[in-house]
Amino acid sequence: MTDALRPRPRAGATAVIEGLGTWVPPRVVTNDELAQTLDTSDEWIRTRTGIIERHFADADMSTLDLATEAGARAIKSAGGAQVDAVVLGTTTPDRTCPGTAPEVASRLGLPNVAAFDVQAVCSGFVYALAAGVGLVAAGIAGRVLVIGAEVITPFMDPEDRGTKVIFGDGAGGVVVRAGEPDELGAIGPFDLGSDGEHSVLISLPAGGSRVPFARDQPDRKDTYFFMDGREVYRHAIPRMVTSSQIVLAKAGVDVADVDRFVGHQANARILDAVAERLGIPPERRVVNIDKYGNTAAATIPLALADADLSAGDRVLITAFGGGLTWGSTTFTWPDLTSA
Amino acid sequence: MASAVYDRVAALLVDRFGVPVDDINPEASFEDLDLDSLDLVEFSLACEEELGVRIEDEEAENLATLGDAVTLLESKGATVQNS
Repeated sequence: MTDALRPRPRAGATAVIEGLGTWVPPRVVTNDELAQTLDTSDEWIRTRTGIIERHFADADMSTLDLATEAGARAIKSAGGAQVDAVVLGTTTPDRTCPGTAPEVASRLGLPNVAAFDVQAVCSGFVYALAAGVGLVAAGIAGRVLVIGAEVITPFMDPEDRGTKVIFGDGAGGVVVRAGEPDELGAIGPFDLGSDGEHSVLISLPAGGSRVPFARDQPDRKDTYFFMDGREVYRHAIPRMVTSSQIVLAKAGVDVADVDRFVGHQANARILDAVAERLGIPPERRVVNIDKYGNTAAATIPLALADADLSAGDRVLITAFGGGLTWGSTTFTWPDLTSA
Repeated sequence: MASAVYDRVAALLVDRFGVPVDDINPEASFEDLDLDSLDLVEFSLACEEELGVRIEDEEAENLATLGDAVTLLESKGATVQNS
């Protein structure tokens, strides 16, 4: 890589999107396939969630594999640009320790770059993007690869129809570089928030410092991902609405000028309820949960890739997830070809 | 069952959930109104937004009819502000 391809880190720079890449594992799992082992049906899953199919990673694939594929594609989309930091949003790292991002960087041929994971569950991509934007704005990095990736399906309780049918595996990433606020792709203000009072609503209890694996022989249930879907539904709607309104106000953007509303794909009905309250008409809402289910930190880049974006489009992204956490930002779409 | 809260809840079901006006009566169950469990969560949220009263999930599960919901909301102090 030549130095010309490497924007000099500069405090006060605006982060600008210049690449988008995604990857999902090839195996497609239909609702009917899940209904063979669970007391559910294609009709129930479609009407409650909007999901028609999702992708499952093969047994020998991990988050590292998906993140590396998506990261390589994002870099390709950015014209092969040299990056100097990798931020990975994931709630399913390859191991509890260490983080997965350093290994992603190594596999991508980026030795010695800054690399770390961000754990904000389904808000992981927005939080990771905020971290990437922060590295650029602080002059710590000139170009950052921000990835959201999950191999989450192995953590699903095969007996829990409330989660097993909802989640899928996938990955997506963007490249951001130091630039100017008036460029296409310039990322605007963020709103991030959390409410740890409700940490139990979305959790995987075992394997952390409170209930270590093996030594305490945790309950079988504790080794699986848990979600109180209805209570999450209730929290998700007002949080995403308020967070979206805050970033639009900070950015001075009228909701009528939002061309594409890209919300975390947890449930099609949550997205509609949020968009309704924001006043965003159906044709501007991006919904691709039918293809991928809920891929946690990967939903937003996967949805950006399906958003039929043109250069100059005003995009609003918002997410909500375990923690609880939520976050939003807005940007214009640059002239790029996703990979 | 004429009350300001009932009228507001009825309007909310029509406007936000597309329930046909003619189907709405105090004896109607949520199933009669074609509302599933997630609609019920959203109904609770809408009541909270419009009437300032929260219906908990456990309470929602025990509501047999629309009339029960209005009675619960009124017992929790739901009031309708004239706008």
